[in-house]
Amino acid sequence: MQEDIHTPNNTTTPVIYVKGLYKSFGKDNHVLKGVDLVVHKGENLVVLGKSGSGKSIAIKCLVGLVVADEGEIKVFDQEISGLDNKQLNEVRVRIGFLFQNSALYDSMTVRQNLEFPLKRHSKELSSQQVNDAVTAALDSVGLVEAIDKMPSELSGGMRKRIGLARTLILNPEIILYDEPTTGLDTITSREISELILNIQKKNKTTSVIITHDMPCAKLTGDRLVILKDGVITAEGTYDELEKSDDEWVRSFFI
Amino acid sequence: MVISLKNIFTDAGNVTLFTARFFKEVLKPPFEIKELLRQCYVIGYKSLPLVAITGFIMGLVLTLQSRPTLVEFGAESWLPGMVALSLIREIAPVITALICAGKISSGIGAELGSMKVTEQIDAMEVSGINPYKYLVVTRVLATTMMVPLLVIFADAVGMIGGYAGINIHSDVGLFRFFAQALQNLEFIDVVPATIKTFFFGFSIGLIGCYKGYTAANGTESVGKAANSAVVAASLSIFIIDMLAVQITDLFFPI
Repeated sequence: MQEDIHTPNNTTTPVIYVKGLYKSFGKDNHVLKGVDLVVHKGENLVVLGKSGSGKSIAIKCLVGLVVADEGEIKVFDQEISGLDNKQLNEVRVRIGFLFQNSALYDSMTVRQNLEFPLKRHSKELSSQQVNDAVTAALDSVGLVEAIDKMPSELSGGMRKRIGLARTLILNPEIILYDEPTTGLDTITSREISELILNIQKKNKTTSVIITHDMPCAKLTGDRLVILKDGVITAEGTYDELEKSDDEWVRSFFI
Repeated sequence: MVISLKNIFTDAGNVTLFTARFFKEVLKPPFEIKELLRQCYVIGYKSLPLVAITGFIMGLVLTLQSRPTLVEFGAESWLPGMVALSLIREIAPVITALICAGKISSGIGAELGSMKVTEQIDAMEVSGINPYKYLVVTRVLATTMMVPLLVIFADAVGMIGGYAGINIHSDVGLFRFFAQALQNLEFIDVVPATIKTFFFGFSIGLIGCYKGYTAANGTESVGKAANSAVVAASLSIFIIDMLAVQITDLFFPI
């Protein structure tokens, strides 16, 4: 069944479809002013933009964490605003979200962090199966030895990896990355970028990566879009955008 | 002026919705029994030393302070009864609840506030788990059950304090002291005073959770959440106490 979903021949089906997305906070703070976005199955889409351009808000709208003022958001062909709590949670389980600061539950060990979503969504699993799934998820990010540590004992890069392992444990079909390399050194950033790429290849996931780290965008992105003043202003591959006629677009690549 | 008045009404509305959500979610499965027991342990058991010390001192001081007046009227034999009445009807419930407001409400406010700020609550939500149920329902239930037990414990320790206090000046046996104290206690002294502690516990948990759960972004708001939780919870204890005493007075007039 899993294999069937990820067959390469339906790579063109849009799994995320956004049209005319508006969001403002208060009277004067219009963050998103009509974002249109399509993400195809199995694709890595990188969203670039200055800090405060509303990139994070846009992906939070996709999972219903932020409620959009206006616009159409379809994930897996389901309109997010039209879902009730139960249906929304069913969609959310199929989407992984890696937060900027990893958002590990700091009162729990790494093992408990990973077990937390798994135990609540797959009640039929035996403790042995849960254990195996936790080890497998940690293995895929290369951090099995951290299993009994508390989040406070981990470095920034390790926290990112554990955060990623926690999203992977539910086998999501889409993973949304909110600035996965921010605050990390160059080498760790590259490791995380490579990890993102490996996961996409191995699990055939669709990814939306929000970043302003260009090496990460170059390595991970199949397609890039740039968000400026609340709308998507440019779109293309890394090489295309690097040679763009628009000076502002090119300024990202310097 | 208009804005602050509007804020008060908005806040009141939000608290009402937050409370209504508690009653909606508390009866709906799945139940987080393990987390509830953990909270009971943290909230109840871990507060025992603090409540024991304050309870003992309350009993001791109350005895020493009341003694001179009673001696003046030649009514020293009323001392155990009077101490028991004041302790059980008013002083132990209110002081213990205030101590819990300081210790528990601020703790919950700070914990949930920092979880909110570091996106841990969002992380729970996007993994399809109801954070309100896991974090708020368990904590509010735990305070509602534990505060009455802590108050009963404070009653008992307070009486021992009273026994110690009375023996500074005179020589009263333990059995005689408690026989005299309990002889003066009736249904109306014990039951309404215990019932009101459930409300104290509920408001301590609910206000702590509300302040933490609705904290704004930024670390400053964590401190604010903890601080305002203590202030609001303490105030609510006095208001509930005032209402409870009047209602008792209305139903059981002497």
